[in-house]
Order: sequence, then structure tokens, then C-alpha cells
Amino acid sequence: MSKYLLNKFLYTVDRDPELVERYREDGEAFVAWWEETQANRILNVIDGEASTWLAFTGPERAALAAHDHVALFQLGAHPFLTLTLFIAMFERDHPEPLSYQKGYGEALAHLSLPYPDIAT
Amino acid sequence: MAKVVAVIASTHHPFYYRASTAVGEDRPPFADEWVAKIERFRETLTKARPDVLVMVGSDHFHQLWLDNMPQFLVGKAPVYDANWYNEEREFGLPRFRLEGHEELSSHILRGGLDSGFDLAFSNELRIDHSITCPIITLRPEADLPIVPIYTNIFAPPLPQPKRFVELGRTIRELVESWPSDQRVAVIGTGHLSLELGGPRQFGPHGPDPDFDRKAVEWIANGDLEGCLGEVTLDSLHLPGNATHGFMDFMLMMGVAGQGVRADHVDSLDLFHTMEAYFTWYPDGAPT
Repeated sequence: MSKYLLNKFLYTVDRDPELVERYREDGEAFVAWWEETQANRILNVIDGEASTWLAFTGPERAALAAHDHVALFQLGAHPFLTLTLFIAMFERDHPEPLSYQKGYGEALAHLSLPYPDIAT
Repeated sequence: MAKVVAVIASTHHPFYYRASTAVGEDRPPFADEWVAKIERFRETLTKARPDVLVMVGSDHFHQLWLDNMPQFLVGKAPVYDANWYNEEREFGLPRFRLEGHEELSSHILRGGLDSGFDLAFSNELRIDHSITCPIITLRPEADLPIVPIYTNIFAPPLPQPKRFVELGRTIRELVESWPSDQRVAVIGTGHLSLELGGPRQFGPHGPDPDFDRKAVEWIANGDLEGCLGEVTLDSLHLPGNATHGFMDFMLMMGVAGQGVRADHVDSLDLFHTMEAYFTWYPDGAPT
């Protein structure tokens, strides 16, 4: 279980317009690239001093690759990060104001309290 | 000594800027009422004639990240650039450049450390909408120096609610012990019940109107006892998964003082979340 790494993916992609588009276009290829080249970079540290141990679990990798926000919620990814990035990628496909956000919530309607723990 | 001329607590709604500036078909039906309430709220700060603003908010995973996460952080910089690409993208927020007040930052840091708060600090801080939303609503001229104070309401493990209250009390004492003739307003923003990225988000009201009604009462009456008696880190999950932002309201109740009723109380029931606005005048209402 690597909630921290899920969040690191969402955080680093969300803040970079080019990465947002690449992730939208091809989730599977992008997640593979990110895990291979970015997952172990410590932010604000030179590449030669990267970490050596960070990797997604199978379900985490699959949820990211499939743009599956319901699975990400169930895996304990930080809901704010997921929501913000997914709005950036997919709101444009739903022209009615807030319709994407409402559908996003409806897809989670089968879940009840307590929600999955998001502590990292 | 410096004077606390106003204590202000508010929700921070990133959609306000777009709603209030939209025209024609793009203008939402609730915009005019919202703007009227904000203009009355703004007047409560203007009347207090502040020289400097201490601004409490919370970074939304912009500059502060899980590899190095402070619980309470005070900015100490001559300038704060503000707002981020993803806030421009999602909310249409403009960028700002706000002047800092390093002397007051230093005073709060030193005094806080000596009062039992091991405050983190930042000498280069790009601030986000938790602080720029109240600039937009309360001081759109963005012409006063600020001291930003960030709290962690976002990335568990979080400090206990009572620590937010105690930090608020400490901030009040520290500002009032600052050897200066400046007039200081302390402004903090948080949330009432709020759900982000979960099944209860973006409903016709906030996710828990009962909590919101109770919370507005607690704040308006300065009822810290009642509030601390009910609110725990666990209980805040129930009204909505982002409701821990309410602890910044509790911090501001600590600044205002136990049992002190707010001089201005207003709220607005909106889709997704309830807006709420409070102003206290520690020295009596300005004329």
C-alpha cells in the first residue's frame, strides 16, 4: 500500500499543464512512464539523490492507468488531489456547469462512512 | 502596543471571484445576493482602518507537501506571490503580489516558539486561495502588508482542535504584545461542512446543514466550550470529508475570545457549501 505515492502522482501531475494533458491522453503509458522516471524523485532534490524504494501496488497502478477515481477513493488517495486533477482532465467533456462534479460524486454514492483512511 | 482592531473569520469560496465578476448569461442567479453580503462584510474591515493583516489559512498541497509537512507555519518574507496554475485553471483566480511584514512575522515566530508552539517558518512562500479569497472579498485593493499563517487541516495526522484554539489565543496575545502603534486585523478562513472528492460533494446545500447551523451559533456566540465539547478529529469526518477546515474557524474563535459574541454575523446557503462571515471588534465597533 503506497498512498503516499498515489498522492505524489496526483500532486505532481496536477501542477503541470503538460503532464495533465499527457495523462488524459493515455493513462496506461503515462503511468508507466511516471513510475519509471518520476516516482522516486524527491521533490527539490537533484536526480542523483533520488529514493530507491517507491513503487505502486498492482491495484494502485491499475486505478491510475484507468482514470478510475472511484478506485482511487477506495485506495485512500487524498480526495482533494484526485478531484482537482480529474476536473482538469475531464470537466471539459461535460459542458453543463458542475455536471462533471455531480457525476463524479454519484459514482461514489454506494460508499458510506467511514470512508477509507487517507492518512499517509 | 499594537491593537487588534478587528478579528474576522470567514469561509473561503474560490468560486466567488468568478461569480461576482461574471456578466450576462454567465452570471449565476445567486451572484447579486452574494456580492451584497460580501460588500457589507468588507465594510466591517474597512471601518476598522487596519494597517497590517495577519492572515490564517491553509495551503492546499501547493507549496507544502507530504515529504516535509508542517502543522503550523508562519511566513516571514518581504513579499508573497500568490495563487497557482491549478487555481487559475479551475477557479479563474487572478495572481497577486502582496507585501509582507517581516517585523510582525518575527515577533509572532519568536513569541510563538517561547509560548509552546514550535512554529515552522518560510522565507519564500507562494500563498494560495485560502488567503487570497479573503483578500478578494475583504481588501481587493491588496494594499496592506500581511503575515500569513498556515495550518494543517488537510494532511493527517492533524493537530487536535484545542491546539487550533490555543494557537488563536496565542496569536491574539502576541499581536497585543507587539511594541508598535500599528492597527492589526486578524483574518482567518476555513470551512463549515464540506465534502471534496466524495459522494456528498456539490449537492444543493452543504453536506450537513445541521452541523452548519450549529457551527454558526458556536462562532457567533464565541461558544468555545460548546464547540470543543462536541468537535473532535473523528467527529469532523461526519459532516463531510473536508470539514476539518472548520478548525481554522475554531482558531479564530480563540483569537476572538471565549464567550465573545461577534459584532457582524452573516451566512449564505449556497450549493456545495454554506458561506459564513463573522467580525468581532475587540475595542468596540468603530464609528
